[in-house]
Amino acid sequence: MSHSASTSIVVDGVTKYFTLRYQRTLKQMTVAAVKGREITDTFKAVDDVSFTVEQGESIGLMGLNGSGKSTLLKLVNGIMRPDSGKVLTRGRIAGLIATGAGFHPQLTGRENVFLNAAVLGMTEAETRRKFDEIVEFADIGRFLDTPVGNYSSGMFARLGFAVAVHVDSDIFLADEVLAVGDKPFKKKCLARMQEVRAEGRTLFYVSHAAGSVRKMCDRVIVLEQGRLGFDGDVNEGIKYLKYDPDEDMPPEVDDDEDLGADI
Amino acid sequence: MTVPMAETHPVRVVDAPLRPPSPDAGLLEVFRRRYLLRLLVRREVSARYQGSVLGLIWSYINPLSQLFIFWFVMGIIMGRGTENFAIHVFCGLIVVQFFVETFGAGTRSIVRNKALVRKMAMPREMFPVASMLVSLYHMGPQVLILLVICLAMGWTPTLIGMAGFLLAVVIIGILGTALALMFSAANVFFRDVGSLVGILTNFVRFGTPMIYPFTMVEERFGPAAAYYLFNPIADAVLLVQQAFWIGTTDHPTQMQEHHIPDHLFAYSFLALGTSLVMLAIGQFIFRRLENKIPERLT
Repeated sequence: MSHSASTSIVVDGVTKYFTLRYQRTLKQMTVAAVKGREITDTFKAVDDVSFTVEQGESIGLMGLNGSGKSTLLKLVNGIMRPDSGKVLTRGRIAGLIATGAGFHPQLTGRENVFLNAAVLGMTEAETRRKFDEIVEFADIGRFLDTPVGNYSSGMFARLGFAVAVHVDSDIFLADEVLAVGDKPFKKKCLARMQEVRAEGRTLFYVSHAAGSVRKMCDRVIVLEQGRLGFDGDVNEGIKYLKYDPDEDMPPEVDDDEDLGADI
Repeated sequence: MTVPMAETHPVRVVDAPLRPPSPDAGLLEVFRRRYLLRLLVRREVSARYQGSVLGLIWSYINPLSQLFIFWFVMGIIMGRGTENFAIHVFCGLIVVQFFVETFGAGTRSIVRNKALVRKMAMPREMFPVASMLVSLYHMGPQVLILLVICLAMGWTPTLIGMAGFLLAVVIIGILGTALALMFSAANVFFRDVGSLVGILTNFVRFGTPMIYPFTMVEERFGPAAAYYLFNPIADAVLLVQQAFWIGTTDHPTQMQEHHIPDHLFAYSFLALGTSLVMLAIGQFIFRRLENKIPERLT
């Protein structure tokens, strides 16, 4: 299969199995085997999913909890490899997986910024150049030189988002980044993500908030128990999920609606 | 409500090939990303004595105390007649310590860094390799102590001795990394591996000519002692003893003939080859297990 030069992400027939283990010790496993019970079980976290994304597209990835969104993002990010099918990406990828960055709890915020940036492929000089910007964006004050293990979940997420969003990436993955931030920070994040989008970077945005997906994305992909349920227009996707704001909505979504209007 | 207008976005042309996003080159990739490796090593080094008052001084106290114990128990209580026995032991100790630390810390490295492993796309071989480099760094003070003692005893370095010492470090570095690769990945699935490492470590301590001279092995087993030399760690210990200990004795030439096996370099290059093969196997096993690591790290 050939792809055009502007293709950013190819997900082709991707399946990822997870193993569930019921029995841990040798004794338990023996007993289970004798009794003819299952020792392990596998399930498909992502089940034969295919789509392609063009550079500069902004995708809202939606679905219920446990539908495989984070796993799919991990496959696109390269943290996991698919068990079958293939994932191809073009250019540098940055982003956040499942609200938190890969920070080392014993390291200070400052050290983690450098480490995290290095993992994302930035050089030392590049990180130094962007360091002030990152710190200013995260706005965690004197906690910068405290081990991140002591951070509140909000501060943790702020710093993680700040690093990821300042990496000069071609693909940006945002997995429920706004779930833990406070309102001013959410607003700042959404504005920054709009900038990311305006720069022509590919954006992958996981959210349950129909409002912000509407503002942020020009295409929605819905996962249902690991399978691709819907791929297409934003409003139809939200309708498909029955996430329409006319129905009972958690207050957070209304919040995002407001924020969206502000931007 | 405004409808997003995709057409207004500027076109960003990415000059890169479409390729799988997960790092694919294994150990090669680790050495391509030296800056990240340096950060990880620096982190480990600074974390070691975090919150301790004496800090780096412990790196000297530790080996010195061990040196003292071996000297006292083996040299004084048991009265081994070997000349400069404390140095003999210390040469072995440096090698064994480097190996044991690489092996032990390397085995734990993936589990200990799970925060990074689960969330970031990076070559995970990075962690065992970093463990090896940290252990190498910790070897520095020990070598320094050894040098000072040897120089005080009238030792002068020889070219062949130093070449042997470097070879020993390379052998242990490669072998340690190889085993750390295998065991670190396995440790994610079965924490039993950690206990196994403790047992293997004991075998290493006593399977090398450290607290006994190689001559005793030769006397006991005769020609079969050659099999003893198929152990790369034993070769490395002998190389270091050849480099330092021999030169501190009164009659180096006789000591060399008596205590260092013939063809030690031949055995050592064989050991280097063995270690490289082990490294290839280690990379292969790591690769096989790696796919399941992120989901199993909880």
